[in-house]
Amino acid sequence: MIKRRYFLGAALAATALTAGLPAFAAGDTVKVGVVLSLSGPFSIYGTQMQNGIDLFMKQHGDEVAGKKIELIVKDDGGIAPDRARRAVQDLLVRDHVDVLAGFTFTASAMASAPLAEKTKTAMIVMNASSSHITEANPYMIRVGQTLPQITEPAGRYAAEQGYKNVYTLVADITAGHDAETAFIRGMTTNGGTVSGSLRVPAQNPDFAPFIQRIKDAKPDAVFVWLPPGEATINFIKEFDQRGLKEAGITMLGTGDLTDELTIRQTGDAGLGVVTTGHYSMAHDSDLNREFVEAYLADYPDDPWPNFLSVSAYDGMAALYYALEKTGGDASGPAIVEALKGATIESPRGPITIDPENRDIVQTIYVRKVEAVDGQLSNVEFFEFPESRDMTP
Amino acid sequence: MAGNIVGILFDGLAYGSLLFLVGVGLSITMGLMNFINLAHGSFAMIGGYASVYLANRAGIPFLATLPLAFVAAGLCGIIAERLFFQRLYKAPHLDQMLFTVGFVFSSIAAAHYFFGASQQFVAMPDMLQGQVRFMGVDFGKYRLLLIAFVAAVTLALHLMLSKTRFGAEIRAAVDNQDAAAGLGINVNLVFALCFALGTGLAGLGGALGVEVLGLDPTFPLKYMVYFLLVVVVGGAGSIKGPLIAALLLGVFDVAGKYFVPEIGAFIIYVMMIVLLIAFPSGLGGKRA
Repeated sequence: MIKRRYFLGAALAATALTAGLPAFAAGDTVKVGVVLSLSGPFSIYGTQMQNGIDLFMKQHGDEVAGKKIELIVKDDGGIAPDRARRAVQDLLVRDHVDVLAGFTFTASAMASAPLAEKTKTAMIVMNASSSHITEANPYMIRVGQTLPQITEPAGRYAAEQGYKNVYTLVADITAGHDAETAFIRGMTTNGGTVSGSLRVPAQNPDFAPFIQRIKDAKPDAVFVWLPPGEATINFIKEFDQRGLKEAGITMLGTGDLTDELTIRQTGDAGLGVVTTGHYSMAHDSDLNREFVEAYLADYPDDPWPNFLSVSAYDGMAALYYALEKTGGDASGPAIVEALKGATIESPRGPITIDPENRDIVQTIYVRKVEAVDGQLSNVEFFEFPESRDMTP
Repeated sequence: MAGNIVGILFDGLAYGSLLFLVGVGLSITMGLMNFINLAHGSFAMIGGYASVYLANRAGIPFLATLPLAFVAAGLCGIIAERLFFQRLYKAPHLDQMLFTVGFVFSSIAAAHYFFGASQQFVAMPDMLQGQVRFMGVDFGKYRLLLIAFVAAVTLALHLMLSKTRFGAEIRAAVDNQDAAAGLGINVNLVFALCFALGTGLAGLGGALGVEVLGLDPTFPLKYMVYFLLVVVVGGAGSIKGPLIAALLLGVFDVAGKYFVPEIGAFIIYVMMIVLLIAFPSGLGGKRA
């Protein structure tokens, strides 16, 4: 019995050693552990992010500052903090990655933060959008957006339009409450007021009664935040069906309400919806036109590069930028130092990493859904430069 | 205000109609056949995908896809019944439940594999979009269609069950299989057709539901509680009971969300509790 245990131990030790071997031999490689939601109900998010990452590497090569970039991608299967944490543990302990990236949802980023802090590994957060998450770990850098960051400008815009009677309708979940608070803050700090607020269940088969209530209240505008996907699509369609548009009520929302994929599904019902967001496929810049063209050429099955693809693309841009600057040093403190205050030109416009909190600062655009060349797109018509998350 | 109330009543009836359309098939498989069929939503989903696929890819007009969705779901139902479900008719309810829940998860995985995770949408003809104004109240055209469908389906089911030979055979086979077989009724066939009818109706409800409920692979799980609600409150095994239950639930749900949006989402469950206390075996259920 003892013998067998000894043998087992030796075998385990041997496996552990061999598993660890490539890490020692890999002095010229920067291993990037990527955690994305590639399966389950949000698999399309993960795929769009993966596409953005791959596209960047295709365009810029897999070598920076003399180091070869090697990706190890793990799937957390949706909003599953436990799986994300396990994936990160695997990446850190077994694969010995130098940098972590990805993180589709806040829950995944938050669950992984303590592990990355222990190993002092840089964490490039590409989508998770709750406020303050970079406070969870001093090596976290966010390149996507935060929900309040894109919501508050919607309130500012509504106040500047002189809307007197504005309703808000949000899903009764944390993200919805955050959006409600940020929108109201944006309005009230600019002299506007909100006349009514509805919180509705996130899983809601029929929005008709809520929409009818808003229609009967005859507001100038209604601000909506719902979990992207089924809820937003149903809401936009019912809003249109019930003739609120004809009644002159403007629908305001954040970019995810009418992202490139959603407006394809709502069709003409989405026309005229005004949103604030950091990326539109129709953004007017050469860099973006190149990005969109290359994306469409590489992923004809996913003909709608959206904010997720861009954020992931920029996450890689930030990593490459940092490695150039550190001369290939991929340790957490070096990468964070290199990125503090860094400004990168992205397909969405200039983005800056706030040196104080490592969070993203960027231009937020006001856009309206219009038909351009027979295709619905978010046409930008106003901008709030250097927007940051103002959540106290 | 009167206009509001008429409007709410109408929206409620329409929403109830949808609940009835997606749930009534379950009243047949679970109620009449006494088979705990939690896989009902899977067949509704098949109808939904059939309609979406035929309308968007094959270019068949939406209304014409509805009977096809019925047939597609019914066919899948009959195949599944012959392959799996018929073996469980005599099994304990727990086994039936476990198997059908497993079936739901398999169908979610299959839908995910074939159609992807994203929301499906169906191209609606112009004549079903928007609202018509009548005596100062706006009526959604699609909702009018739902109400019309409920009237037609209820009438057809009622006539079939009470006036046709097949209806009589169903009732005989359900009440006493051995006696029915002794009378020369092909119980096996009657059950298979019954199952096809229930799943076909699920498919029709699913196809009609795409526009309002949306459609993605998690559909069978997401709306399971609504199918069950209608059948449990209505009383399994009847058509009238679930109809009244669905319409009541629909009207109270919509009115609750309109007048007291803060708690509106719970009204449907409060109604369920109240109705079940008042009618423990359901509104139209057979007294046990």
